[in-house]
Amino acid sequence: MIKIVFFAALREQLDCSELSISDENIKTVADVKQLLSNKSVQWQQILNNTSLLSAVNHDMVDGSHFVKSGDEVAFFPPVTGG
Amino acid sequence: MSTNTIANVNNATPEEISIQRADFSLADEVALLEQDNATDGAVVTFTGRVRNQNNGNTVSSLTLEHYSGMTEKALEKIITQARERWKIGRIKVIHRIGELHIGDQIVFVGVTSKHRHDAFAANEFIMDYLKVKAPFWKKERIAEGENTSEQWLDAKDSDNNKAKTWS
Repeated sequence: MIKIVFFAALREQLDCSELSISDENIKTVADVKQLLSNKSVQWQQILNNTSLLSAVNHDMVDGSHFVKSGDEVAFFPPVTGG
Repeated sequence: MSTNTIANVNNATPEEISIQRADFSLADEVALLEQDNATDGAVVTFTGRVRNQNNGNTVSSLTLEHYSGMTEKALEKIITQARERWKIGRIKVIHRIGELHIGDQIVFVGVTSKHRHDAFAANEFIMDYLKVKAPFWKKERIAEGENTSEQWLDAKDSDNNKAKTWS
């Protein structure tokens, strides 16, 4: 199982803060995004936003980063703290 | 406890970071940075506050969301990088979350060093990196006449460009 979490505007747009997926074909963060995009046209449009950032196990990574069972994958908009 | 005397001086410690709902006292934080610290002649602090205007809108309040766990890890990494670049004594980073109002303190960065250059540079570096790497998000409540609306802040290119000047 891979845990997926969403934050801020993305969480509100998807109306989802977290979910779990299990799929042996998932190798990278980009694969996770693709699988989530297949849920609906709405999810596809929302996740198609190229400015979205991703993290695996609390480290910022890009789409080519590998994921494995037990990982926590996060998607979120550019950060605006400080 | 003096961070100067621990064996691995480059690693950030949990005491150096606080993510909290409560307000903080600038005087108390400066006192902690200076307490039993005879080696550092420079103390540089930055405090960020909620402004009443942003992008031409009248802001009435802010809500700050964060990614618990990643926030701490990201800030530890930034502090570790700062320690690798400059000779720093103590560091404290505080970031508030939850609902904040006009004039409220949002963020504090305090750095001490023997001489001013290291503390000035490290403080600015930590703030610049926090702005683009630490997972916090601001949602503004905007007053328009009798109506209020909420909107998530967009990240600024200028913040990205400023952070890149350190690489």
